[in-house]
Amino acid sequence: MALYILKRIFLFIPTLLGITLITFILMQSLPGDPVTGMAGERANPETLARIRAELGQNRPLPLQYLGYLKLLITGELGRSYYTNRKIADDLVQKFPNTVKLALVAMLFASVMGIGMGVFAAVKRGTNWDRLVTLLSVGGISIPVFWLGLALMLIFAFYLQWLPPSGMGNGDLAHIVLPAATLATFSLSYIARVTRSSMLESLSQPYIAAARAKGLSEAEVVLKHALKNSLIPVVTLIGLDLGSYLNGAVLTETVFGWDGLGRYALDGIMKRDYPVIMGVVLFGAVVFVTMNLLVDISYYFLDPRVRVKEEA
Amino acid sequence: MTDNLSIRDLAGNTPALIAAVLLALLVLVATIGPRLVPYGPDVVDLDNLKQPPSKTHFFGTDSKGRDILARVVSGSRISLSVGIIAAALSLCIGIFFGLIAGYFGGKIDTLLLQVFDIFLAFPSLLLAIGISAVMSPGLTSAMLAITLVGWAGFARLVRGITLSLKEQTYVEASRSLGASSARILYRHILPNALPLLLVAGSLRVGGFILLEAALSFLGLGVQPPTPTWGSMISQNRAYINSAPWMVIFPGLAISITVISFNILGDFLRDKLDPRMQV
Repeated sequence: MALYILKRIFLFIPTLLGITLITFILMQSLPGDPVTGMAGERANPETLARIRAELGQNRPLPLQYLGYLKLLITGELGRSYYTNRKIADDLVQKFPNTVKLALVAMLFASVMGIGMGVFAAVKRGTNWDRLVTLLSVGGISIPVFWLGLALMLIFAFYLQWLPPSGMGNGDLAHIVLPAATLATFSLSYIARVTRSSMLESLSQPYIAAARAKGLSEAEVVLKHALKNSLIPVVTLIGLDLGSYLNGAVLTETVFGWDGLGRYALDGIMKRDYPVIMGVVLFGAVVFVTMNLLVDISYYFLDPRVRVKEEA
Repeated sequence: MTDNLSIRDLAGNTPALIAAVLLALLVLVATIGPRLVPYGPDVVDLDNLKQPPSKTHFFGTDSKGRDILARVVSGSRISLSVGIIAAALSLCIGIFFGLIAGYFGGKIDTLLLQVFDIFLAFPSLLLAIGISAVMSPGLTSAMLAITLVGWAGFARLVRGITLSLKEQTYVEASRSLGASSARILYRHILPNALPLLLVAGSLRVGGFILLEAALSFLGLGVQPPTPTWGSMISQNRAYINSAPWMVIFPGLAISITVISFNILGDFLRDKLDPRMQV
């Protein structure tokens, strides 16, 4: 087991390096010259050269990349152009809000998505099945930010059931609309994958055996078919949770949720490049870490992986 | 595989048929639409600010009195062209590197696969934000960002298909006749992979249109005053309660377009290769 996990972690390292290389290249291709920005347009050439030397900008690019890596390892992501605050500190401060939103959204997406998928599989070929399929195509096609505004219009302004935006003082009502918005995309995928995975399970001989044994339909579906259908669904949930920063940028913008997504948007608006790149890098690291965890979880979830690895 | 696909298949599948008709209409709207709408998309009319939908303005007007219908129609050009061109470009790049990785194998394959995986290791919107943020915003930067986000997925797919095709007997036969690698790739592997790739491409157009809309919404896409569906929503979202039509119609346009592409893509996939998952 330890060997399997070590192997996964070992494969993880080149990907991490590649990610930092891409953000490094993006930082290098930024418009404008940060040194001129720091020293002012009329600074004399010697001052500029001195600042460049201090920042290590006169070194060859590979050395600069190594310097960048060294800083990243110590958790240094630079400072915001505007607030001069450390970006790492900001990320640490905003991340919990995004995690909270993401977890609530994922809980909602998993329960609803698995429920809809099982329902559609059991009702295969009926209009109910078609309705679920249509809803799930809709859910992956509607732009997140527009869905958020539409939900806000209906539930906050017309019906006045929920607050339109903000985080309140952490009360539950404020998280409902942003979480539902963020959840819709993965809910639809989870429903799709659950449905097809369930259809496959339901056609297996052990289901016929379970029915022949005289189990009730509910027992057959929930105990035998669903349990065996969940592996791809769990994978999807893990991967989606890792990519929630995508949707969070848009959802948090719409609902004024004070997390990483809105932090990124503020960076974009002000062209605060270190902030933008900080979020991009952080998001990618979160994403690949989730991938790694999903990979490792296979070992525990799927006996076939275990057998193959140990053989 | 393509021989089996006919108009009759489409007629038997109501959602796919509706989607195809909607997309055909959309192409029509994007090409001749702007000439049919009696208002220009950028014409400010201070006497008719924030008018709700009516007989003179079907979709209402925005906070500068501009006709929403004219702007939605004009925005269709950007959405469609960015979606389709980015899909085509990223498919071409993906085909190039995927063929090389799959066909030559060995160290080249290992290296390229690692590169594909690095690009796939970014959440797509975040990478698109990072790329378009370092360029001056506009049509080109949005297209480029979406292409750079999309190519690696195609490359991985092409690599997989190439791996299986290169074991086919006709490839072996061609090789034993002394054909060059380039010839085998171009004359044998590519044509056989193409139907699957076109389906994969069509499945991604919807996602690319969504990505363009999101970039526009964040202010990283085509810049005002040129209307795009995403930027119309972001500029008018302050009026969501007082003048919701300003936001509803561009959003409906995105949703209907992307749903149509996704339904049609699913249909093509089921027809051509039920096992393929992109």
